[in-house]
Amino acid sequence: MAKFIKSLERRRSDAADISSSIWMAASGEQKKKSKGGGEESSDSTEEGGQKMAKKGEELKEDMDSLMEEIDSVLEENAEEFVKNYVQRGGQ
Amino acid sequence: MQKRIYGVETEYGIIFTPEGRKTLPVEKAIRFLFEKLITTEHFLNVFLENGARFYQDTGCHPEYATPECASPKQLIIYDKAGERILEDLQQYAEEKIREERIPGKLSIFKNNTDFVGNSYGCHENYLVDRDVDFYYLAEQLIPFLVTRQIYTGAGKVFQTQDGVHYCVSQRAQHIYQKISGTTTNDRSIINTRDEPHADREKYRRLHVIVGDSNMSEYTNFIKVGTCSVVLQMIEDNYINKDFTLRNPVKAIKDITYDVSCKRRLRLDSGREYSPIEIQREYCEMAQKYIEQYPVSDEHKEAVHMWQYVLDCLDTDPNKLDRKIDWLIKRRLIESYIDSRGTSWNDPKVFMLDLQYHDIQRQRSLYYLLERNGAVDRLFTDEEVDEAKVQPPQDTRARMRGEFIKLAREHSIQYDLDWSNIRLGNLLNVRVICNNPFETDTEKVAELVRTIQKTNLRKTSLSKLVIQS
Repeated sequence: MAKFIKSLERRRSDAADISSSIWMAASGEQKKKSKGGGEESSDSTEEGGQKMAKKGEELKEDMDSLMEEIDSVLEENAEEFVKNYVQRGGQ
Repeated sequence: MQKRIYGVETEYGIIFTPEGRKTLPVEKAIRFLFEKLITTEHFLNVFLENGARFYQDTGCHPEYATPECASPKQLIIYDKAGERILEDLQQYAEEKIREERIPGKLSIFKNNTDFVGNSYGCHENYLVDRDVDFYYLAEQLIPFLVTRQIYTGAGKVFQTQDGVHYCVSQRAQHIYQKISGTTTNDRSIINTRDEPHADREKYRRLHVIVGDSNMSEYTNFIKVGTCSVVLQMIEDNYINKDFTLRNPVKAIKDITYDVSCKRRLRLDSGREYSPIEIQREYCEMAQKYIEQYPVSDEHKEAVHMWQYVLDCLDTDPNKLDRKIDWLIKRRLIESYIDSRGTSWNDPKVFMLDLQYHDIQRQRSLYYLLERNGAVDRLFTDEEVDEAKVQPPQDTRARMRGEFIKLAREHSIQYDLDWSNIRLGNLLNVRVICNNPFETDTEKVAELVRTIQKTNLRKTSLSKLVIQS
């Protein structure tokens, strides 16, 4: 059980890094951050900024592909589908 | 009660969308769902090998009731297993319908509302001690249940004359009472239905009908885990503060429409608290409680998660965009709007909302996020798959599940409910199990062996009634 929880925690923290970034890239937060890093003049930060920008680009690509995947499964006749979605009341 | 039985009943939304002219009314579509389940029980009402019950409920909804579970985590695994079972049945039904030459799509949603304002529920059941004063328990629990939606809500897009909005909970706007006996009209926070499916002298059922159905394992676990801790604190008379709300039914609606979770609510005492503050008070008591009282590791974990979630809600709710359903879904919709340059008024936004809850993993947006590593899980696919076919090993469900397997193997006629097994050609042999903690499967195996030996002769069978 302990082993299971440990592996779970690891999985969780790994995933947390990736995905929060996916969402950030989508909302432009990531871009802003990398730009901010680039403004400082020291070489190492600039390098860091470039790295971050590159990472940001990758994440943007991930996000784009995620959005494409959503479009590919999203019901085509959204408006009609949603309006027709009427249930009898349950409990 | 430290040892408790947990159960969840989930009603699913279902719709058939024809691709041609021919359509299929929902009454007929739902029958196709049950076709794959071979059983000698009543059609549209069966118990499954994992001990769960699957049936058609009020308003033609497929409903899955988990087997009796011994812990919140186990419960969430069995609730997820229900989604997977239904997904199998949905795929089979869709094929069958196609064979009938009615091309179309059968969609099943794990949410709680349709487009015009009908609601269907997700009911939590907690076994409680008969000795505890039920109305005292209910009154103590209500402020907690009213405000917990800030981390248990599944989120909903809705339209008013002013435009399109997003609210915290699917279910909140369909609640009209604090406590009541009905579930279809005048829905309440706590329902008084008292069917413990156990010794009535010892136990009663606490039937909470205010919750949303959750896709996220994290949300679902924190929902049941925190409620269970609070329940235990009430049973131990540990809660020494009074959060009675002046108008809980109004409060539940005010909270759902306030995505900041900070609007203040008036208590009976005249003081005002925000939902986050009320939850913090409960959570702080729980933190002290788990230090002083014997509490399971799962419950401790739930309390730690609870604190984390409240901290995030207070400072930066978007930190919960992988954990809490209403915030995961909001992030999804906002990201879609951003990347597609559209707005909340786009009909696709409503579709994103609905399709998040699709149980078919290839169509579901929740599962699309899961595949892309964008939501936190607590369990593995293997654990969920096992729960589709294996009953919980530490409750009565184990006896039921084992019995169903044996009976099918030996083609024995049977009929079941939660505390009875009836079998034989005349269903005249009965095993009564009033103790939901009992797990004696040998009793079941012996019964099946005896039946095979006696070749189902009525005379010898009448002596076989076993009581436990």
